[in-house]
Amino acid sequence: MGLATFKGGVHPYEGKELSENKPTQILMPKGDMVYPMSQHIGAPATPLVKKGDKVLAGQKIGEASGFISANVICSVSGTVKAVEPRRVASGAMVNSVVVENDGEYQRVDGMGTDRDPLKLSKQEIRDIVKEAGIVGLGGAGFPTHVKLTPKDENAIEYVLVNAAECEPYLTSDYRMMLEEPEKLIGGLKVMLQLFEKAKGVIGIENNKPEAIKKIQEMVKDEPRIEVCELQTKYPQGGERSLINAITGRKVNSSMLPADAGCIVDNVDTVIAIYMAVCKTTPLMRRIVTVTGDAIANPQNYNVKIGTNFQELIEAAGGFKSEPEKLIAGGPMMGMALFGLDIPVTKTNSALLCMTKDEVAANEPTPCIRCGKCVSVCPSHIVPVMMMKAALKGDCEKFEKLNGMECVECGSCAFICPAKRPLTQAFKEMRKTVAANRRKKA
Amino acid sequence: MSKLLNVSASPHVRSKETTQSIMADVCIAMLPATAFGVFQFGFHALLVLIVTVAACVLSEYVFQKMMKLPLTVSDMSAVVTGMILALNMPANIPLWIPALGGIFAIIVVKQLYGGIGQNFMNPALAGRCFLLISFAGKMSDFAMDGWSGATPLAQLKAGASVDVAAMFIGKIPGTIGEVSVIALLVGGIYLAVKKVISLRIPVTYILTVAVFAFIFGKQDMNYVLAHICGGGLVFGAFFMATDYVTSPITPKGQIVFGVLLGVLTGLFRIFGGSAEGVSYAIIISNLLVPLIERFTLPTAFGKEGKKS
Repeated sequence: MGLATFKGGVHPYEGKELSENKPTQILMPKGDMVYPMSQHIGAPATPLVKKGDKVLAGQKIGEASGFISANVICSVSGTVKAVEPRRVASGAMVNSVVVENDGEYQRVDGMGTDRDPLKLSKQEIRDIVKEAGIVGLGGAGFPTHVKLTPKDENAIEYVLVNAAECEPYLTSDYRMMLEEPEKLIGGLKVMLQLFEKAKGVIGIENNKPEAIKKIQEMVKDEPRIEVCELQTKYPQGGERSLINAITGRKVNSSMLPADAGCIVDNVDTVIAIYMAVCKTTPLMRRIVTVTGDAIANPQNYNVKIGTNFQELIEAAGGFKSEPEKLIAGGPMMGMALFGLDIPVTKTNSALLCMTKDEVAANEPTPCIRCGKCVSVCPSHIVPVMMMKAALKGDCEKFEKLNGMECVECGSCAFICPAKRPLTQAFKEMRKTVAANRRKKA
Repeated sequence: MSKLLNVSASPHVRSKETTQSIMADVCIAMLPATAFGVFQFGFHALLVLIVTVAACVLSEYVFQKMMKLPLTVSDMSAVVTGMILALNMPANIPLWIPALGGIFAIIVVKQLYGGIGQNFMNPALAGRCFLLISFAGKMSDFAMDGWSGATPLAQLKAGASVDVAAMFIGKIPGTIGEVSVIALLVGGIYLAVKKVISLRIPVTYILTVAVFAFIFGKQDMNYVLAHICGGGLVFGAFFMATDYVTSPITPKGQIVFGVLLGVLTGLFRIFGGSAEGVSYAIIISNLLVPLIERFTLPTAFGKEGKKS
């Protein structure tokens, strides 16, 4: 049998060799910590503290303000300096709690004690995950407790761990699989406890043979868990591509993975579930790959959420040459930054520093209709025609061409020989169409 | 940091491939057939090539200068047009004819419709057909030292038998670039390996011609092979029918396009007045591309068997 995969996709330069063999280091923050109240999809959390309050590590400082929302947990001890809008990676100003770190890391009572998940009911597990502020740490930031509460839990046949890590340069999930595989498997077991009919599958791209070997060895006596080796191809770790590669099922924009009997979470998220349920530790940290050709010592860091990006750069030895572009996340879907004075949030998997901006270096030229965008599109739609509709602002035509099925993976804009900003145009159109739909509803 | 950072929407990386590198690959792929043509037909063939390419590149440059348009000569698409047009010429053609054809191809067929990516017909082929109609005699005069000038397909149509092995190697009269099947295949394989073209169009095109010739022509292997190797079919299938701008972008559409080309070519060759038909089949099919695309849009992922 060939390796599991999906139809379409591209092979960008991987760049993982910069940091894949660097063991994760714990980074202790020095400066002020900033906790944006919106680090997830859904309603922003409501701040629970005010200026002057004393806070502890592990304390809830933001309360989920609806079903699709998430708590925010303080990762240090100290004093609240302000509750004010602060800049985040997307460029937006988001209401945030700013904490002056006292450097003592005093924890809330009882945090870090062992807990046996088998003694917990399903509802208790879901409540713990919700309380811990866990969201999809791969980038989208969808609240995990919502994912774990599908309409019909008996219809779930697969719990998939997204360990593809298909974004170039990123190595945080890889390091976790090598360093803390028992937590990953522990977290998956907790998830399988919620879905009794489901099988757990860990999908790993075949450019990580060591991780595949290690996890395979560890799950060989687990009847409900298996490893699925995936072809290395971007966007293999896209939710729809992953489900398709492993189960052969197809999910479109109007469906949730649960509609195809699947629950998908990435490596760091599953570990966060383990930490919350089995170690009574809420979501306070994440693994960040600091890398790129402008960085002196590319590294993987275990970072406290809220740490300033500038501290990551300093820890990695600063810039060895002047960067032209800084990206929060990977090069295919990450966000370009215009400054470093922003906090690490739950969904920041990497800080990529590049000395050359390939986008600026390539002037767009006329489309030659080569059709490469069509052959790489994982959504099997026709970017070249969507672009024509986008340039005219024709929402109706864009929708007719299934433009809303676009997952904004960037494969079309990557492959385009005329260097046209396809993905950018589609993001804009999709926002407009979505806004129009809301207006009508 | 003294310098301002660059900000743009994702993705932040781009593939190495550019329009220019693709066009350069197409030129490289035509080199074996070009070399064979020059070697077989002599120095005048080389002159035809140089003059045609120069006419194409210069007319694009002058037109864009005059119209104050951005210059796109460096994308090499005019070089490709020039090469294809030149390879479609008889070797002993007076040089002003291909020059005129090049100017027509670039100015009338390409630039007047908006330049690269906007032409609805393959410029080189439209240029060739323009010359075929205008200078029928000179354009179909393949008489060279030692050859009568009748192409194998013309002989076939007249009921004579032909030497398929000679056709495969290229030891036959014809236009500069169309004669050597083996040289063209080397170039075609290069394009497929470099992923410049997909094999959908060339393979369906050639297969359809073979099937058509077998059914409506003669049930004879030699006859069918002669139809495949003759009349510039291999040249057309790999280098002209696969022109990005004038072929469907949808995978299913490419197959429909290939079949359509094969049927038209077969019709022209077997039932038409002329022995050849590749050029006309391609430019007529070019016109149907928007229609073919409309009916062959791929099904969006996860939308199979469902009404949105």
